[in-house]
Amino acid sequence: MSTEKSVWRKAFEWHEERLPLVSWLDHSLGTKYPVPRNLNYWWNFGSLAMFMLAVMIFSGIFLAMNYTPHVTLAFDSVEHIMRDVNHGWLIRYMHSNGASFFFIVVYIHILRGMYYGSYKAPREVLWWMGILIYLVMMATGFLGYVLPWGQMSFWGATVITSLFSAIPAVGDSIVTLLWGGFSVDNPTLNRFFSLHYLLPFVIVGLVFLHIWALHVPGANNPLGIDATPADKIPFFPYYVMKDVFGLGVFVVIYFIAVFWFPNALGDPVNYVKANPLVTPPHIVPEWYYLPFYAILRAIPNKLLGVVAMFGAILIMFVLPWLDRHPVRSASFRPIYRVFFWLFVANALMLGWCGAQLPEGLPATLSQVGTFWYFFHLLVVLPVLSWVETPKPLPASISQPVLKAAE
Amino acid sequence: MANTAHAHAADAAGETRRDFLLHTTVAMGAVGGVMMVWPLIHSMNPAADTLALSTSEINISGIGEGQRVTVVWRGKPVFVAHRTPAEIDAARKVNLSELRDPQTDDSRVKKGKEAFLVIEGSCTHLGCIPQGVKVTEPRGEFGGWFCPCHGSQYDTSGRIRKGPAPLNLHVPPYKFLTDTTVLIG
Repeated sequence: MSTEKSVWRKAFEWHEERLPLVSWLDHSLGTKYPVPRNLNYWWNFGSLAMFMLAVMIFSGIFLAMNYTPHVTLAFDSVEHIMRDVNHGWLIRYMHSNGASFFFIVVYIHILRGMYYGSYKAPREVLWWMGILIYLVMMATGFLGYVLPWGQMSFWGATVITSLFSAIPAVGDSIVTLLWGGFSVDNPTLNRFFSLHYLLPFVIVGLVFLHIWALHVPGANNPLGIDATPADKIPFFPYYVMKDVFGLGVFVVIYFIAVFWFPNALGDPVNYVKANPLVTPPHIVPEWYYLPFYAILRAIPNKLLGVVAMFGAILIMFVLPWLDRHPVRSASFRPIYRVFFWLFVANALMLGWCGAQLPEGLPATLSQVGTFWYFFHLLVVLPVLSWVETPKPLPASISQPVLKAAE
Repeated sequence: MANTAHAHAADAAGETRRDFLLHTTVAMGAVGGVMMVWPLIHSMNPAADTLALSTSEINISGIGEGQRVTVVWRGKPVFVAHRTPAEIDAARKVNLSELRDPQTDDSRVKKGKEAFLVIEGSCTHLGCIPQGVKVTEPRGEFGGWFCPCHGSQYDTSGRIRKGPAPLNLHVPPYKFLTDTTVLIG
């Protein structure tokens, strides 16, 4: 190897001295970012979420080039995208199914954090940034679902915005403000389009903070113990390759949905143009909101229902203080592990209830599920923090492996 | 990191298995990326409904001798001129060596329908609409069309004669469906 630097190398170094872009990347997601060596595949979902955010932004930019946010044209412009625009069907199905897959990935990412105690000290602010991302995602998803101006768009918008009418005294004024009129109409559609285009970039900003907060303590790991420098490997190439492999598998599944089951997760009623004079017999939100919709309907009081629904998400901000057990990973908390899976099953059950008509068995199960959701967070977790005896923790990540090898 | 040390040891022997995997991965990623970018870019090309509107059928029976009209084709103006014998003569007499973009008048009209000149109303300089359709508008020194933006002048065959434009006004693809009906596009 010659000691003389090439012209390209010199130009690169000249640029790096002035704007250390590559060095910064190397520190953020490259060879200078040490990550615990024992991460399992549940840790892939953070990078998958980032990938889906990029897919949504890019497909959305191209959809916006052909979409018209006006009540007389919106529905037809979406059909125009589906039928006339070159590859429009592909871009729209990538976007509509992308929303579902983005939520699937994010729900798994959140549950991974809950299972392995990633929200515990010193990662509370990292957890908060994640909840903020999730909240903005929900808002963005809702706003976007209104844009095709189908029946479900219109009535979903009506129902969700009317939630704010539950606020005492000023509720109705707030709803009028949201609508820009006395019903969901053209001003509503216009502002929803504006905000739907804005919020993803807010998410990008929050993701930046989320990753920044991640880099301060470093990544948690399946054992939940602090990793020593000896137990860490550089993010590049090890986890970059692992994430790329996971991405390959994920993209195959995602595109199976896009190509062969593009409407499986959507509601056929949304292919009927919005009609302000006819409410569909059964209004359901998109699947990713269903558990919270079930909580809303479980409580037979307008204000309390809305409070419970928003509370179900906002309560996650204090999760690090509800679960004060010193051990992070559920691998060493046999009792917590059972309750964790109960919580997951309960959330799935609530999701099923949210899709049913609110009467009979689903209504009862919604109330049981809502009770359990809050009981788990407000009673089970604090009590377990006091009473659960964890299994013995290993001294380091490599210790159990090295011991087994002896 | 025993495995990295192992990989480095193999470097001396040339291409390692790891290099091969890296190169194939990058190549697959590049192919996949291009395959994904193409639909996005192609979606910006004219959509099927735009292409469906790319022909215009016009009735020319109402255009009297000496009259010029503007019709719309693909969202842009097309001039249809019913030329007088004097105008046709003037266009035919021009010496081709005088022209910036040499074309005979015959090559710019349909045989047997020499009276009708069909040209795109878009200046070949920077796309303004040349004046000269209405009798009240300036037609330039050559009796054809005059572009008000930068002063390009066209003759009665729509050929560039003076000013900054490089080419003659384009003749769009068209045909006579009947004696009185023209299909442009």
